[in-house]
Amino acid sequence: MSEKTWKEIPIGGVIEDAGNAVTYETGSWRTYRPIWFADRCIQCLRCWIACPDSAIVTEDGKVTGVDYEHCKGCGICSFECPVDPKAIEMKLETDVEE
Amino acid sequence: MARRLTLTGNDAGAEAMRQIDPDVVAAFPITPQTELMHKFAEHVADGDVKAEFVLVESEHSAMSATVGAAAAGARAMTATSANGLALMWEIVYIAASYRLPIVMPVINRALSGPINIHCDHSDTMGCRDSGWIQLYSEGAQEVYDNLLQAVRIAEDPDVLLPVMVTFDGFIISHTAEVLDALEDAEARKWVGEYLPKYSLLNTEDPVTFGPLDLQDYYFEHKRQQVEGMRAAPDVIRRVGREYGELTGRPYDLLERYRTDDADLVIIALGSTCGTAKTVVDWMRDEGKKVGLLKIRAFRPFQEKEVAESLKGAQAIGVLDRSISFGAPGGPVHKEIRAALYGADCDTPIVNYIYGLGGRDISTDHIRTVFEELEKLPGSPTPEDNIRFIGLRE
Ligand code: SF4
Ligand code: SF4
Repeated sequence: MSEKTWKEIPIGGVIEDAGNAVTYETGSWRTYRPIWFADRCIQCLRCWIACPDSAIVTEDGKVTGVDYEHCKGCGICSFECPVDPKAIEMKLETDVEE
Repeated sequence: MARRLTLTGNDAGAEAMRQIDPDVVAAFPITPQTELMHKFAEHVADGDVKAEFVLVESEHSAMSATVGAAAAGARAMTATSANGLALMWEIVYIAASYRLPIVMPVINRALSGPINIHCDHSDTMGCRDSGWIQLYSEGAQEVYDNLLQAVRIAEDPDVLLPVMVTFDGFIISHTAEVLDALEDAEARKWVGEYLPKYSLLNTEDPVTFGPLDLQDYYFEHKRQQVEGMRAAPDVIRRVGREYGELTGRPYDLLERYRTDDADLVIIALGSTCGTAKTVVDWMRDEGKKVGLLKIRAFRPFQEKEVAESLKGAQAIGVLDRSISFGAPGGPVHKEIRAALYGADCDTPIVNYIYGLGGRDISTDHIRTVFEELEKLPGSPTPEDNIRFIGLRE
């Protein structure tokens, strides 16, 4: 992507294409990775509500996983998950096998 | 049809705000806030305005709420003074960088300490580099006129920068003067409807304000601010001309008061210009060729016009109502010197720091300045070119 001059960009740092963060990877510096377990999940959607980065992926109103391109690993989803054992567990990135 | 009113500077500001009737006004309701906002709050309480009036817990929040409202697409205003402006500082810069056309009256008062609540320009001179347009007012009439013009200047699509309309604390803010104001309908028509370039509340065309802006684009956004400031002089002139057609009171960025054939010129801002004009008239009657260059727009500063206005001067006195500690003289002095550099000018220039913390400046003081300047023509700028008026030495 070639960078634009000051004459070619909107003033004030406004982003005219709101929501274009989906095209920008922001999840690269995560320390902990949330791992979702479908078999424990009761689909209460608390994680989806609480995630500050809209990184809980849903289909037809059901959680199907985590968007690791945008998840920053804050752990809120796991903290809010009401089931025991947790249906989302936080694991150190370095411990997670690719 | 003009309405002739007797108002203090604060009430003149509140009258302009009542007629502008912004969508949102956010204000900190305790000192250093002034009676301007007190009066506007009465207009809100009386139902004279439709503005959403938000009382906040600090001046930092006042500017933050104003920025939020402006980003939402509202015509938004606040007002402040002295340390209140200092507390807003962070968000003052952000308002300008987000290109939000906020208009803010600032009642010029000293930045303490020791504690002082009286007039000087240390508050607004401190944020002369914040990206705001600054219009300094000579009296209550100009407070009113500058505020009505500021809305049109700030919202001009080529400018889109916030505007501070400043006026001297107590000297203007608390002194009742006779002034002419527009009828409400005329004033409403003059400010017109505000159509924001971007609005957070426009769900048809959603935008993001205030994202992270790093090494790759921040510099470009600063360059755009420079461009907005460069577009401002023409807009200020045009708005001033149109305002003159409406009211009979045209405005420019500078006012040349009897400078055309003047040998000795002093330069000033704010209420001191009124005092200086009186002295100029007296000395002209005595046959002395003296004049005043009044700077109404300190930002954007018009260096070419300033240099042009000073071409014939044989000695120049620059009056500064604030100090730039450690720098060669006050902020106005430095701008004047910079404007004359390269203008093929070896005119002696003396800086006079005066009036700090509300210290009075009298006609005698101004006369003394002219008398000191009288000794200078033909010689270079003297060694002691930074002087203090009205100070016990
Ligand atoms: S770890 Fe934080 S960012 Fe990642 S999915 Fe959970 S709540 Fe969202
Ligand atoms: S909070 Fe836990 S149980 Fe609820 S939807 Fe998310 S993962 Fe499933």
